[in-house]
Amino acid sequence: MVSISSNNQKQQLLSKIATNDGHGENSAYFDGWKAYANDPFHQTENPNGVIQMGLAENQLCFDLIQEWVVNNPKASICTAEGAEDFKDIAIFQDYHGLPKFRQAVARFMEKVRGDRVTFDPDRIVMSGGATGAHETLAFCLADLGDAFLVPTPYYPGFDRDLRWRTGVQLFPVVCDSSNDFKVTIKALEAAYEKAQESNIKIKGLLINNPSNPLGTILDKDTLRDIVSFINSKNIHLVCDEIYAATVFDQPKFISVSEIVEEMIGCNQDLIHIVYSLSKDLGFPGFRVGIVYSYNDTVVNIARKMSSFGLVSTQTQHLLASMLSDEIFIEKFIAESSERLGKRQGMFTKGLAQVGISTLKSNAGLFFWMDLSRLLKEPTFEAELELWRIIINEVKLNVSPGCSFHCSEPGWFRVCFANMDDETMRTALRRIKNFVLQTKGHNNKATINKQCSRKFSKLQISLSFRRMDDFMNSPAHSPMSSPLVRT
Amino acid sequence: MALLSKLATNEQHGENSPYFDGWKAYDNDPFHLVNNPNGVIQMGLAENQLSFDLIEEWIKRNPKASICTTEGMESFRTIANFQDYHGLPEFRSAIAKFMEKTRGSRVKFDPERVVMAGGATGANETLMFCLADPGDAFLVPSPYYPGFNRDLRWRTGVQLLPISCKSSNSFKITIEALKEAYENAQQANVKVKGLILTNPSNPLGTTLDRDTLKNLLTFTNEHNIHLVCDEIYATTVFDAPQFVSIAEIITNDEVTNRCINKDLVHIVYSLSKDMGFPGFRVGIVYSFNDDVVNCARKMSSFGLVSTQTQHIIAAMLSDDEFVEEFLIESAKRLRKRHEKFTGGLEEVGIKCLKSNAGLFCWMDLRPLLKEPTHDGEVTLWKLIINDVKLNVSPGSSFNCPETGWFRVCFANIDDQTVDIALVRIRMFVDGNNDVKENGVAKEKQHWKRSNLRLSFSNGKYDENVMSLNMMSPNSPIPHSPLVRARN
Repeated sequence: MVSISSNNQKQQLLSKIATNDGHGENSAYFDGWKAYANDPFHQTENPNGVIQMGLAENQLCFDLIQEWVVNNPKASICTAEGAEDFKDIAIFQDYHGLPKFRQAVARFMEKVRGDRVTFDPDRIVMSGGATGAHETLAFCLADLGDAFLVPTPYYPGFDRDLRWRTGVQLFPVVCDSSNDFKVTIKALEAAYEKAQESNIKIKGLLINNPSNPLGTILDKDTLRDIVSFINSKNIHLVCDEIYAATVFDQPKFISVSEIVEEMIGCNQDLIHIVYSLSKDLGFPGFRVGIVYSYNDTVVNIARKMSSFGLVSTQTQHLLASMLSDEIFIEKFIAESSERLGKRQGMFTKGLAQVGISTLKSNAGLFFWMDLSRLLKEPTFEAELELWRIIINEVKLNVSPGCSFHCSEPGWFRVCFANMDDETMRTALRRIKNFVLQTKGHNNKATINKQCSRKFSKLQISLSFRRMDDFMNSPAHSPMSSPLVRT
Repeated sequence: MALLSKLATNEQHGENSPYFDGWKAYDNDPFHLVNNPNGVIQMGLAENQLSFDLIEEWIKRNPKASICTTEGMESFRTIANFQDYHGLPEFRSAIAKFMEKTRGSRVKFDPERVVMAGGATGANETLMFCLADPGDAFLVPSPYYPGFNRDLRWRTGVQLLPISCKSSNSFKITIEALKEAYENAQQANVKVKGLILTNPSNPLGTTLDRDTLKNLLTFTNEHNIHLVCDEIYATTVFDAPQFVSIAEIITNDEVTNRCINKDLVHIVYSLSKDMGFPGFRVGIVYSFNDDVVNCARKMSSFGLVSTQTQHIIAAMLSDDEFVEEFLIESAKRLRKRHEKFTGGLEEVGIKCLKSNAGLFCWMDLRPLLKEPTHDGEVTLWKLIINDVKLNVSPGSSFNCPETGWFRVCFANIDDQTVDIALVRIRMFVDGNNDVKENGVAKEKQHWKRSNLRLSFSNGKYDENVMSLNMMSPNSPIPHSPLVRARN
């Protein structure tokens, strides 16, 4: 047993950053992972295990990638054909990155936006994944204590990426289902006012387009309004477009870069894009984060900061080749969209058959499922109770809306692109069965019994009212916790 | 309201330090054996390029180590998809084993304590974030690596307090100097959170002996402050005395007998120097403190090693036979190159600090100074760059408390280039001697022709130094050292 005083001593040894909860891993978002980690689904070896549906990964098109890699041995410095480049690549540590890498990324970003915009390779700055990109931008744009507006619901990782080591705050702009969680200027203005009243200095607005967890995209008018809004307040706009190539249906994706190019009077020094290859290509392991800023100073400073999280030149080299193969890229983007659309369609239609509605979406690797009518009561406690049942009884790891700071209970994010067809069918079957059972039994006592039995292991507590207030859950370091994945 | 943050607009990134001015001369006129034999030879970059043939041979023999070969392709998907910040288990094991081998298997490293970072650059910053609050300070013996100013201070707000080391005792760190620096800090009301050492040393190329390490550890332990050991050059030790890692001092006996608190000890490592892979960004934080391991691991999300790279490194470094052969051969080649270069310098009367490690030597050019001052050093430096046409690094950029010392890198060029460099140095020294003999002071004005406007801030790198126009985002200077993440 460690005494309290020596614990205190331990604490003082380390920094405040090291001993606060800013890393965000004590959020409920990660509790469900334990269940998965303890009992992971496997088609043959553990068919009754928990299916992972809390991880926004894109695993649908690896066959296309692998085919390309096999056909392009020179793209690797480790093949017989490519080894002659090994030395030059291994010693290259210039933080500007390989020129051909920057060019290829710029070209890829253009293609993903249907060639409707151009990107300047000299504005491409590397970072340690989108995780690093966000932190870098926060360091560049805001001082300690300053805040960014962020529409809810939003990706839980933002709490860590934007706030932890930077001391920057996040100020929520509440969106709700009454208008499909759309961001309105009214809501932005209200949030901005509220911040002013509380003496919080707003330095910028962070939007995620396409949205995680909603899977929706912003229409042109809204984007224009947003750009006007930030211009009028002279605050920054950070657009995380990490899911840009996951758009699988109409309407087509509109990037903020298109607005910047067409809007007269827009102060470009305020506009910054975060990008990554983790979702569009399915390469989260390669840590390819990009900061693209229209502000020269920010490009300059972010580039200096990139020293803390550069992309391995081995990876830069491979991707430079892959992404500049225009024929391959066009084929990939089209095929990937199609497969994503098909997969999403199967799920959402299947759920509709049992009366489960999902937010209409046309992008992302997940959908936003409405289970509010299955809640015992319209509270977050009830949401968590339902969540525990879904994990322990239905055996699906999905993500409760409260972990995304959603203002309304009952919503869940369900990922669909990280599994094969067979697993998907199993998952769908389980959900359908559960819903039908719940309808059929509609017996509170039964549900209560089920609740109390198994989830005593899962200690979850969540304060959702204060955005920066995650109550302590037992500290753990699960191998598969999602923040463990970035 | 200021548009950007204070961080974005202060100069703490350190790139306006004159350390980087010399690079422009190199960039404008880079040496090439065939295409530009009169160009500036790059001797300011601590890279290890001597043993790539061994690496390439291994790569060719081990196609399965890559996810891009037909043999290794089946792993592509799992590897590309793996983003767990614990890293691939085989990677951590291989790194731990490699670290053991480079310390002659005299210590064991626990793979569970191996935490990734964005190069040693990221590792050092991460440790500061974990160990110190803004305004806190770390003591650092000078001369020290210029990148520390950025890595340890910029975004963390941590201060660096140099401990002056003198040539009179070969720049060794003394407990007296350490105590003095610590007390000065106390008096100035600055909270010292730790001491950071680079061992083997950059720029000195020397290693710390066991007693010194023990004494330093005793000091930090007694004052309950952290000890961070940057052992990035561990495998570049090419001569006796044998390298002693701090890990060897933190044995169980030591800990028990001397009540050493392991929670205060942390190692930074990387493959950039030992293997010559700076592009791969393999930084490691190895802490004996569980909380720090835990916290640093969470922070590693900001700078993980690409799994493609983890995968190949895992294979390479767990090939025991290859590693052993590599370590021996690399040390041999470094020793040979070191001897050749320092021998050549001796022949023209230039002494270097006796060193047994590193990719550089610490050259004593005090006899060549017109005056033993900062300005004198700058003038000499300009001459070396513009007339001798060697990009070397002046001691002042390493915060050296004495003038006249220069760091010269020797492992990033081939034998022929070394010969040419030595010839040039000989010519310069002889020319200088001629001048002295003739009593005629020849003003070499060549340096004025260039765009080099040099100004020095003696010892304070957070001053806004007027130096060359730092590049706009659209005009990269590809060979500037900070542009390289670490050198």
